[in-house]
Formats: sequence, C-alpha cells, structure tokens
Amino acid sequence: MKERGSQQSLFATRYSLFAIPFALGVAVLAAWEFLVRHYGVPAIVLPPPSAIWAAFAGNFASLMASLWVTFSVTLVAMAAAFAGGLLLAVIFSQSRLVEAALYPYAVVLQVTPVIAVTPLILIWVGFDRIDLVLVIIAWMIAFFPVLANTTLGLKSADHNLIDLFRLYGASRWQILTRLQMPTALPYLLGAMRVSGGLALIGVVTAEMVAGSGAATGLGWRIIEAGNRLEIAKMFAALALLSILGIAIFFALSLLEWATLHRWHESAVKKQG
Amino acid sequence: MAALLTLEGISKRFDGGVEALAAVDLRIGAGEFVSLVGPSGCGKSTALRVIAGLLAPSRGAVTWPGGKPAIGFVFQEPTLMPWADAVGNARLPLDLKGVARGEAEARAMRALARVGLDGFERAFPRALSGGMKMRVSIARAIAAEPKLLLMDEPFAALDELTRQALNDDLLKLVREDGLTVIFVTHSVYESAYLSDRVVAMTPRPGRVAADLALSPPRVRDQGYRLTPEFAGAAGRVSAALKKANSE
Repeated sequence: MKERGSQQSLFATRYSLFAIPFALGVAVLAAWEFLVRHYGVPAIVLPPPSAIWAAFAGNFASLMASLWVTFSVTLVAMAAAFAGGLLLAVIFSQSRLVEAALYPYAVVLQVTPVIAVTPLILIWVGFDRIDLVLVIIAWMIAFFPVLANTTLGLKSADHNLIDLFRLYGASRWQILTRLQMPTALPYLLGAMRVSGGLALIGVVTAEMVAGSGAATGLGWRIIEAGNRLEIAKMFAALALLSILGIAIFFALSLLEWATLHRWHESAVKKQG
Repeated sequence: MAALLTLEGISKRFDGGVEALAAVDLRIGAGEFVSLVGPSGCGKSTALRVIAGLLAPSRGAVTWPGGKPAIGFVFQEPTLMPWADAVGNARLPLDLKGVARGEAEARAMRALARVGLDGFERAFPRALSGGMKMRVSIARAIAAEPKLLLMDEPFAALDELTRQALNDDLLKLVREDGLTVIFVTHSVYESAYLSDRVVAMTPRPGRVAADLALSPPRVRDQGYRLTPEFAGAAGRVSAALKKANSE
C-alpha cells in the first residue's frame, strides 16, 4: 500500500500545527511589506508591517494598558456568560414550564443587534459605570450558545442509564449531578469555546459604541486612532485584538482537551 | 421452593396503542435461573422492566411474597458512564445508595475481580472491548449484592467465544451468590445452557405459551453443549418456541 508520502510526513510532528500557519503568516507579511513599498501605497491606506511595528513599539504602554482593560472585561463577561448559561440550562432541565416560558426570550436576546441596544444600556446603567455596560452587552451575545448547548446536553443522557439510576433509587439531584451534568460537559465545553470569542467581540463592539468617557479598551483605541488617521496604530491595536482572540480560543480549547481527553470520543487519536 | 416473586395477570399497553403484554402469569422461585425466550417484540424486555419497577403494568400486579429484594439489572448495551473508569462505573449502585466511599470502592474492586477484570479497574470504557464493557456492567449489577438479577439479552451483541465465556462466568457468580436470575434471550441454545426453566412467550401481545423445566447438571462447562442431554433440552425449547409462534 502506497504511503501518502510527503503530506503524511509533513504532519508527522505536533509542531506542524503551529509551524504551517506561522510560515504562511511570515510569507504574507513579507509579501505585504514588499508590495506596499513597491507600489508606493500611502500609509494612511495600508501601512507596511514595519510601520505597524513602529506604531506598536511607540505606543507600547498605552496599547498594553488598553489590552489589559479589554481582556479583563472580557474575562468577567465570559465568566458571567458561562455561569449564567449553565445555571439557566440547569433550571430549564428541571422545569419544562420554565423552559417553555423563558426560552423564546433567550432567543430574542440572542438575535437582538447589540449595537442597537448599547446606547440604551448606557443610559440605564449610567455613563459612570462603562465597565458594567460592556459586561452586560458582551454577556448578551455570549450566553446563548452556552445555554442552548448545555440545555441540549442535559437532555442527552442515555435513556438506559436514566433507567438504571431510577432502578437504584437515585434522587433528582443525583441524576442531575452524576448523570446529566457529566453528559452535558462536552456540549458545555464546546459552547464555551465559541462563547469566549463572542464575549470578546461583544466587549470590543460595546467599547466602540459606548464612546469615550472612561473607555480605554482596545475597541476605543481603534476608533480613536482612526479618527486621528493613525492607521498604523489602528492596525497595531487590531493585531493585538487578534492575538487576544486566538489566546482565548486556545485557552478554552486546552481546557476542553484537559477535561475530556481521558475519556471522550472526541479526544481519541485516529488510528493509522 | 419459596416464591420470590409472582406476576399475576400482567398486561401492558403503551400510549400509542401497542399492546406489549397480555395477561402474563408467572411464578419465580428463589434460586431459579429462568430464561424468557420468544420472538422479537413479544414483550420480554417489557416484562423485565415491569418486574424491575421501571414500568407500571396497565393491569395486574407483581407481588413479592418475601419482600422486594435488592435487584441488579444488565442491559443489552453495557450502558456504562463514559466519564468514569471501571471502578467508578461498578460503584454506581453503592454511590447512589450512599455507601461510604472507601467501602464502595472496595466492594466495586471485588466485583470487578470476580468478573475477571483485575488490572483494568482504572480503565475507561472507551479503552475496553465489548466483552470487557459487559463484564463491567455485570460487576456493577452484582456490586450491591442483589438477590435477583434481571438480564435483558446481555450477551447478544458479543462474538460467540466471548459469549460462551461470559455464560460460564455468569453461572459461576450465580452459584457463588445463590442468585435468582431472570434472563431474556433470543437464543435457544443459550437458554438451554444456562437455565433451570425456560418460559416461551407468544408473539405480541406476549403471553406465556410454555413453561419448561430443564435439569442441566449443577456444575457444567462448554463440554455440556456436546452432550445428548443438551441437544434434547435445546430441542424441547425449540419445539415450544415454534408452537408458541404459531399460536
């Protein structure tokens, strides 16, 4: 049987998962630098990577501070979304009445364009508590995947296992904690991975719309840099945001792997 | 022999109109190994679930003259919790009853050793073969030291050799613990090998068509399958089934 030759050996090491996209990124950056210089593209339209780096280095302190602000608010919003989604899903699993009553409203929250609602939340919560506004907005976007997936997961317990639990006289609490929640865990972790990214998007969007005031996150930096035509700085802030998003995604993926790899089918290495 | 349980006039009609059982009368004595055989859909699994208390009969009653004993149930699927290792799975009935952790752990380990899974206590279900998963399922059923074992075609999904090995392991456990077993199976040969009694059921709605007393040797092994006595027993079961099917 012929081996799938060079493609197979390329993926032989774990490093290839990082090395291949990294190599592509470097190639794109090099091409970008060259083409922008070669065609004399104006810096306010598309700055070369070298200018972006210079803007980053030159504004290091303020960009890092903004990164921290965005990151910490995102973290809070994520935690609230995970906790809220999980709690609501558990409540739904215990009462079909509550689920039927509240689920459509949860969907409404999900599909409401957040940009439209931000000014309203600002007025209600107050301009002196921008952080809370950001968390609320990000929560609105991020909690629904957790709610929807965990609800599904809680309902997905093996029916024979449910019978077995009943046979041995398990209480509702025991069925919830020993059967339904472990069953829901893979669903929850998958949703968290998506939710983390959504929380970040929510925070940045809200920062942009909430305007100045106490806003000092990366979202606001991007608007500010755009207003001042500091395009290279804008790109630098964008790059930082992307890195933050990737870091959150990887952290949550790692959490998923760490929790599931010993027993879940999704973590089984493919044979051959 | 004292009756452990009796079924009197058990019928079961499901929502949707399916009548799974029609007036089943059965008396099971303590220590008996009773097989329920019959065509697919004849209500054997339903009867087992009614006995276990998982389903309420539409009519009739299950009575336990000596009180309801501890029951172990084994499904056709191993039905293990994938997130727990073998001990974690075997401990389940004990954990649910609130047995202290140390004792539950010890009893589960002992049950696993009795089904031949020494050394696999920390393995997760996805690392176990079908036969091994079924052994964990059996260990779980016996961990709480039941007096009655209900088994719903437990070996149907396994290959022949594994099935025969598990047949013998089951007989050993039953002998050691003095268990009463109600064993649902499709297989005429399996019922003839394992049972003191075979109850043949009619197609849906299921009713008892025949109740055969077999007398297999008390201690038997695979060699018994080659004897004329076994062939005779299997023949009787087969004939009873054919007759039941044509009713």
